[in-house]
Amino acid sequence: MNQETVKRDRPWLMRTYSGHSSAKASNELYRVNLSKGQTGLSVAFDLPTQTGYDSDHPLARGEVGKVGVPIDHIGDMEALFDQIPLGQMNTSMTINATAPWLLALYVAVAERQGVDPAQLQGTTQNDVLKEYLSRGTYIFPPEPSVRLTTDLIAYTVENIPKWNPTNICSYHLQEAGATPTQELAYALSTAIAILDAVKASGQIPQERFQDVVGRISFFVNAGIRFVEETCKLRAFNRMWDAMAEQRYGVADPKKRRFRYGVQVNSLGLTESQPENNVQRIVLEMLAVTLSKNTRARAIQLPAWNEALGLPRPWDQQWALRMQQVLALETDLLEYGDLLDGSPVIEAKVQELIAGAEAEMARVADQGGMVQAIESGYVKRELVQSHTLRMRNIESGELKIVGVNCFEQTAESPLTAGTDSGIMKVDVQAEHDQIAGLQAFRAARDQQAVDKALMQLQEAAAGGGNIMPSSIECARAGVTTGEWSEVLREVFGEYRAPTGIDISMAGQTDSAAMDAVRAQVRSTGEELGRPLRLLIGKPGLDGHSNGAEQIAVKGRDAGFEIVYEGIRLTPAQIARAAQEEGVHLIGLSVLSGSHLELVEDIHAELEKIGAGAIPLVIGGIIPEDDARKLKAQGVQAVFTPKDVDMNAIMTTMVGVIRSANGLEA
Amino acid sequence: MPANLQPPDPEQLAMAVRGGERAALAAALNLLDDKRPASRSSAIALMTELQTGQAAKNSRLIGITGPPGAGKSSLTAALISVWRQRGLSIGVLAVDPSSPISGGALLGDRLRMKTSSEDDAVFVRSLACRGQFGGLSAEVWPMSLVMLAAFDITLIETVGVGQREIDVADMCDTTCYVAQPGSGDSVQFLKAGILEVPHILVVNKEDMGAVARRTLSELGAAMSREHSEGNWTVPVLSASATNGSGIEALADVMEQHHKVLREQGLIKQRRQHYQGKWILKRLRDEFGSNGLTRLGGTDSILDQLQAHSSTLFEHYEALRQRLL
Repeated sequence: MNQETVKRDRPWLMRTYSGHSSAKASNELYRVNLSKGQTGLSVAFDLPTQTGYDSDHPLARGEVGKVGVPIDHIGDMEALFDQIPLGQMNTSMTINATAPWLLALYVAVAERQGVDPAQLQGTTQNDVLKEYLSRGTYIFPPEPSVRLTTDLIAYTVENIPKWNPTNICSYHLQEAGATPTQELAYALSTAIAILDAVKASGQIPQERFQDVVGRISFFVNAGIRFVEETCKLRAFNRMWDAMAEQRYGVADPKKRRFRYGVQVNSLGLTESQPENNVQRIVLEMLAVTLSKNTRARAIQLPAWNEALGLPRPWDQQWALRMQQVLALETDLLEYGDLLDGSPVIEAKVQELIAGAEAEMARVADQGGMVQAIESGYVKRELVQSHTLRMRNIESGELKIVGVNCFEQTAESPLTAGTDSGIMKVDVQAEHDQIAGLQAFRAARDQQAVDKALMQLQEAAAGGGNIMPSSIECARAGVTTGEWSEVLREVFGEYRAPTGIDISMAGQTDSAAMDAVRAQVRSTGEELGRPLRLLIGKPGLDGHSNGAEQIAVKGRDAGFEIVYEGIRLTPAQIARAAQEEGVHLIGLSVLSGSHLELVEDIHAELEKIGAGAIPLVIGGIIPEDDARKLKAQGVQAVFTPKDVDMNAIMTTMVGVIRSANGLEA
Repeated sequence: MPANLQPPDPEQLAMAVRGGERAALAAALNLLDDKRPASRSSAIALMTELQTGQAAKNSRLIGITGPPGAGKSSLTAALISVWRQRGLSIGVLAVDPSSPISGGALLGDRLRMKTSSEDDAVFVRSLACRGQFGGLSAEVWPMSLVMLAAFDITLIETVGVGQREIDVADMCDTTCYVAQPGSGDSVQFLKAGILEVPHILVVNKEDMGAVARRTLSELGAAMSREHSEGNWTVPVLSASATNGSGIEALADVMEQHHKVLREQGLIKQRRQHYQGKWILKRLRDEFGSNGLTRLGGTDSILDQLQAHSSTLFEHYEALRQRLL
């Protein structure tokens, strides 16, 4: 074949979700990544930035620069994009509750670079509804959150026409345990809730509404069952097209295209034999690229060692190279759609559509996605699916190589290095960030700041679009915490349903479970009262799968469970443990700030005279840190490789026994 | 030997509880939950100590009940903030259902009751009802006595949908029923027999608009306004825990009811009556109706308890010993 004549499709946008420590360090990383052939940026913000706190807020302790870059003000945003011309860049920002604020900062930085904001290209994730179900970086109640989302959409459609104002995310639903059918149903129901709200806001004239629909994009997950996953995307494509045409009257087929970006599945990545994650990631990438008619517009891949800790630059490079090999070396991009006309694929697509439509009808019956979230319905469904998944892994019905089969392994040279195969954030970064923030505050024009905040307050309370006053705040030097605080006062804060109040049948049939129940019951009898367990999720991290699964399992094992959901302070956890008279505290931390949080919780427990209550912890905790935690007095450390939930329960009972002087 | 294998000294514990020491309060509640024989006799001594000092304190015991989803916990949270503004301290006992299979339970009410973690004047203990027929676990009554010794207001929150499940009314001075707007259910349940029980009816979620107003008028019509205990006209209120409306009025009405009881000198009498009923229930649960017969029958037991009203818990233990 003559190489000259082969017409290849243009590859998708290749990104790496990244950001850490500081704006300066992240900027250096971005420029290196771009020089390696990355074609777009995907910014990871740290948790204080995502949940609207300045780096020096007490709740931010230990979280600054951990899971992403800290952005406190325009100075940080400017440093983040230093020497990166925003007029030519395509930037995706994973930001939700504070999305209007980060976009305002981006616009203000573009102005400083001399770039016309109308030229900007990129994406704000801006899908708060899924945050109530997974991930947990919401701030306000659903109604004002939908309003902020709507404002951002209306503003960009008019002023930044090439911007993708929202990425409706089914990604995080899958991470929370959603089946493909649930992913389809809840993402499309969310899209309906948002589009209906934009329509009802009256900010966009009827004749331009198809431009709004045309700017909606999706952020999708792809798991290891790659045939079903590719069918899921074809189903998405078809359902979205039909919805845009029938529900919203979009005549132009181009504006009905299902445009989506992908991060492949992290839920299925394993801590045991982590090198196997490479082939998992490659197979998952196939699901979103095979079908030309439903191919992803942008892909970012996780690193092979994500379940161990933060990936290093080399790990991220490896993930990028996977994409480049598929796009540039293979012949995939030379062909039309490979799956069109396959009766097997078509049947599966039809099955998924039917299931999703039935679930969408159930959501609609409850008044729509917002109501179904507020009532706890959707969260319960997800917790139930995830519990089923965990149960199948435990029983071996769902095979995971290296985890519940073929566990024997030779020693891995990949994780044997002096850095244990992961990246460590410099603890100095948090101090430096706080010092920078305080210097910035001291140097700014306070009058301009006060005036801008007043205008923001008026817009928020009065119902005007939130963007113009937010952009003014960005220019004036307002901080992330100040912007959020104004809105907290107007809208209030929210606590989402935990979904753990599910009832599931078939829990009594395992001998292992019966044995655990007997231990829980008899230890309770020996101590005079039923065993009580507090599950605490301290810090700003909202990844609550682990906490929820332990809560459900603990209830089934006979514990009385106290669980108050995410984002608790060490003081709240300590006081709840005392008030509730629990025998054990189980903490769940996935943000990497476990050392600081455990230290604080120990101090709070001592302060109130509850230091005798033992503590265990679960999370993404490197071995070095696990040793430190145990030295601090933590009785047990669980990590993603502990999939045997019965064993976890038994360990917890053992901790309670030894803390109370009972024989092991 | 770890501290919690030795029951704490009841006298000291009672003093610390009255002083509002949180660690002592937690320890006292743990002790009352504890079934081991040594703990049990400590618990009896603690109850006797607390009972002696009880009458002096002008504290209030309020029950909040209603169907699942009516927003009882959110309403409790809203009441707590109103009471805090009025300078009152509050102890809450929140009762959640247990799983019939494992005995385990998810105690979720704290989630919706979240208040300032720095506030020493609020204390929440969640309880699983642990398969108790009446919906309340046996520990609730003695635990409420501990709370009464420490706080101005003790509030018991429990799910109650039918007549049998409303025995929270059998241990509180004031019982408030929270109805869910638009659920014909509440009205049905009220008609089915708990009509007589609550002293206050409140329709939550008035922010829902027309639906809430309709439920309010239905309930207003269904209620016999004069409470069977006399001297009290049952008010039917409308409130919203979400936007805070009607909460002040609800707190006012609760205070009014307490005043009426106090003016008539009913508080002490009522609490003794409840204690008697609780003891009867415990005896029945433990020894069956046969046991009650062996002790001379219900009326005779109540008379004996009346005679021993200052050492009620010791007498209860003595009755148990006779049957063991």
